[in-house]
Amino acid sequence: MTSRSSAVLAALAAALLSSSAFAETTLTVYTSVEAVDLDRYKQTFEAANPDIKINWVRDSTGVMTAKLLAEKDNPQADVVWGVAATSLLLLKGEGMLEPYAPAGVEKLDPKFVDQATPPSWVGMDAYVAALCYNTVEAEKLGLTPPKSWADLTKPEYKGHVVMPNPNSSGTGFLDVSAWLQIMGEEAAWKYMDALHENIAAYTHSGSKPCKMAAAGETVIGVSFEFPGAKAKQGGAPIDIIFPSEGSGWEAEATAIIAGTANLEAAKKLVDWSISKEANEMYNVGYAVVAYPGVAKPVEHLPADVAAKMIKNDFEWAANNRAKILAEWAKRYDGKSEPKS
Amino acid sequence: MSVAALALPAGRAPRQSIARDDLVKRGLMVAISLYLVLSLAAPLYVMLSKSLSTYRFDLKQFELQVSDATGTVWSEPASAEALNARLSAATADDLRAGSDSRLAATKFVEDFSFRSPVRYRLRGTEEGARWLVGSAPGGGTAWQEFDSNTFRRVMLRPVQSYGLDNFVSYFSTPALSNSIRNSALMATISTAITIAVAFGLAYALNRSTMPFKGFFRLVTAIPILVPSLLPGIALVYLFGNQGLLKGLMMGYSIYGPIGIVIGSVFFTLPHAFLIISTALSVADARHYEAAASLRASRWRTFWTVTVPGARFGIVSAAFVVFTLVITDFGLPKVIGGQYNMLAVDIYKQVIGQQNFEMGAVVSVILLIPAVLAFVVDRIVQRRQVALLSARAVPYRPKPNRRFDMLCLAWCAFVAVFLVGIIGICQLAALVKLWPYDMSLGLKNYAFDLMDGGGWAAYWNSIEMALLTAVVGTVVVFTGAYMVEKTKGFATGRAAFHFLAMLPMAVPGMVLGLAYIFFFNNPANPLNPIYGTMAILVVCTVTHFYTVSHLTALTALKQMDAEFEPVAESLRQPFHRLFFKVTVPVCLPAILDISIYLFVNAMTTVSAVVFLYSTQTQLASVAVLNMDDAGDIAPAAAMGMMIFYTNVVARLVHALLSRLLLARSQAWRR
Repeated sequence: MTSRSSAVLAALAAALLSSSAFAETTLTVYTSVEAVDLDRYKQTFEAANPDIKINWVRDSTGVMTAKLLAEKDNPQADVVWGVAATSLLLLKGEGMLEPYAPAGVEKLDPKFVDQATPPSWVGMDAYVAALCYNTVEAEKLGLTPPKSWADLTKPEYKGHVVMPNPNSSGTGFLDVSAWLQIMGEEAAWKYMDALHENIAAYTHSGSKPCKMAAAGETVIGVSFEFPGAKAKQGGAPIDIIFPSEGSGWEAEATAIIAGTANLEAAKKLVDWSISKEANEMYNVGYAVVAYPGVAKPVEHLPADVAAKMIKNDFEWAANNRAKILAEWAKRYDGKSEPKS
Repeated sequence: MSVAALALPAGRAPRQSIARDDLVKRGLMVAISLYLVLSLAAPLYVMLSKSLSTYRFDLKQFELQVSDATGTVWSEPASAEALNARLSAATADDLRAGSDSRLAATKFVEDFSFRSPVRYRLRGTEEGARWLVGSAPGGGTAWQEFDSNTFRRVMLRPVQSYGLDNFVSYFSTPALSNSIRNSALMATISTAITIAVAFGLAYALNRSTMPFKGFFRLVTAIPILVPSLLPGIALVYLFGNQGLLKGLMMGYSIYGPIGIVIGSVFFTLPHAFLIISTALSVADARHYEAAASLRASRWRTFWTVTVPGARFGIVSAAFVVFTLVITDFGLPKVIGGQYNMLAVDIYKQVIGQQNFEMGAVVSVILLIPAVLAFVVDRIVQRRQVALLSARAVPYRPKPNRRFDMLCLAWCAFVAVFLVGIIGICQLAALVKLWPYDMSLGLKNYAFDLMDGGGWAAYWNSIEMALLTAVVGTVVVFTGAYMVEKTKGFATGRAAFHFLAMLPMAVPGMVLGLAYIFFFNNPANPLNPIYGTMAILVVCTVTHFYTVSHLTALTALKQMDAEFEPVAESLRQPFHRLFFKVTVPVCLPAILDISIYLFVNAMTTVSAVVFLYSTQTQLASVAVLNMDDAGDIAPAAAMGMMIFYTNVVARLVHALLSRLLLARSQAWRR
């Protein structure tokens, strides 16, 4: 091919590309939703909004939050869809979120919506703290299943409980902040002191304790309901237990990044993200969704997961997060040396 | 001017051509120096300054007013600092902060009750004062009024300043500073064991007449081909609570020091073996004859002849192993349990808590032992003298059945350990649901259904490794050529050589974090490469620069320095000499550099874990993230994919070497 004809072709190609780009907006969307769900969410949204394309950037909650904070002065994302509400509150405190009341927000369960008007974030679904309990290993050891958080401090479970480290896992933090909220500070720290005696390991991620229980590496994994249901589906001999005192929970939420060049498209996405249709889509994996009356029971999970959720004060949790984490590390991170 | 000269056609002036050559050479050297400055020196500098960037609550910034119960009569405005002096509400420790810290404004008023009708006013004394009302940002120098229930939600925010505060809080937090002791302890123990094992192995393979030496040499190279995470995963399946050999643990947990040491011995063994083996491969038979004629026992000969002869190799290997263990991140991440190590702390601070400043502090601390080990090693190497004089008689081991069998037994033991680790990973990758359904299947290879990046991550890794191998080899070899074969410009060459040696002392985690600080800054013109494949390649090339550079230097030193003057006198431009002579002669070294870079790019985790993006996830990072999420079997499966890829790369390398060497290296025979 001569250089001239290739130049003509390149110009043609550029013209074609730009004309097609004219018709649609591409949104850069940061997310922490499960990898398996990405394609499904994208396809369902794009089918409903053919003029908007989603470009996913996905990572775990911690990494995503770090990335967003690092890009504070030069945001790369247009929308955050499916990141923990506590993380979004951190971003809100930095002035990184564009307040916007999406169409139909009044239909949502108010605990899934930012308290401010207009709200800076709106929720999609919740993950709820739960225990994954390996029945086979428990039987070998002659253990009885725990019913409550308090039960976990019983001497029989010594060395058989694994929980996520709140300093690296959002799930770990929601457990700790829930205990502080339901028991009160003093009692909660006393409880954690006692629990620490039974803990075999603090893991980095929140789903790992449940998967360790599923694999028999531990008997009790303090985790949340989603990996439990998934592991049970895969044939692991576990029970999913919701402690009687109530469970901490975290909302997965959506927000617009302030200063986005595609504000109109971003608003459309947020509007759609709280629609009934979207909530039905979330319900495939999540037992609790923000739109009342939508949720159908998820296989292997009880029908009333929503009833197990405590009244969670996200703002209190976000504003006290640094202090709680420092205290936790001081108490349990330093002295938790294994025997050897 | 003579008639003859006039009759000649006007040719190019020879001096000019050489001058231009020199210019090109210097230009190239400047370009490659610039590369090292931008990819190493500048990021490290930015990171150091980040470790000094602190946050503290500046109470002078805030002024408060309190009303009486009617909400109309106001107290005199008082600064939070004055109020704190009176109420001693916050200690100096409380005022030290992270970027994320908040301080409740209610601390600075007496008898606060959120149900009282008392109203409160807050303002900044300067523009930089910031606070939150609940989660909404606020600030400014105008008075703002709150009822008591809202005031309860007012949180003061810290300001950025510079100082050693981060280091102070590091050393006053035992959870963090204990890691120094832990890391040093693990590295010391692992080094002692690895050196002993590697010495035994090298001794058997160099000083005995045992069979199957070639096989054992191959097996010893296995750990280089896998990420250091993999031995950790294998240990879970061997000695974890559902492990095959759990009984051997006698109740101790594999998660922690025991696992770290066993895994470290696995992944550092080939490095120690190569160095010690080189040291043991040359020996002067006359020393042994002298010992024999003095009737020294074998034992005495071993300690007075063999060990002293290999001492530099042993010291060098010890430092390499120590540095590898103390800077490794993957293994303690998987198997370390609650045993905190420095490299994992960096990850926890940055990824877990988004505390970049503290991550930088740990990085600075991790740099110290690595730099120290590096400097000591350099000094030891300089003192090394040639062991083999021209009159030396090469030592040849004589058959000794008992000794040979002993050597074979030792090598077999080590080989079982190495192959066992790899084998258990492959088994775990194929088992459907360990330990409840031990039937085999390919379920764990469905990477696309898990976190970590799926099969795309695997292909990304191959692309990244190929790019690293090609780009890295070109950059490194050209750089080494400029250092070794140019004349003049001595200061520049020395500086360049120093820069090229530096990456050896910089742990991967530190480099990766430094890259975030440097490249993820919108003011940096290089910012666009952040989040792309390019930054991964640049980072990996830089991370593994030193060994490649030394390999290239060694090969170039073997070439006679007369080539350049001869080429000059023949008025040949240097690039001609470079491509027609230097490159073909050094081809074995060039191939070695590229396979070294390829294999390491496939297995590296530490540097790239901070730098990959959704589009550029890597297989090695996927192993980490899948293990992190608890999907251990798929992590093992991905790890084995890396292993097989590296085996294939090695085979291709061997084949290519043979083909090319037959064509270009005939002179060596």
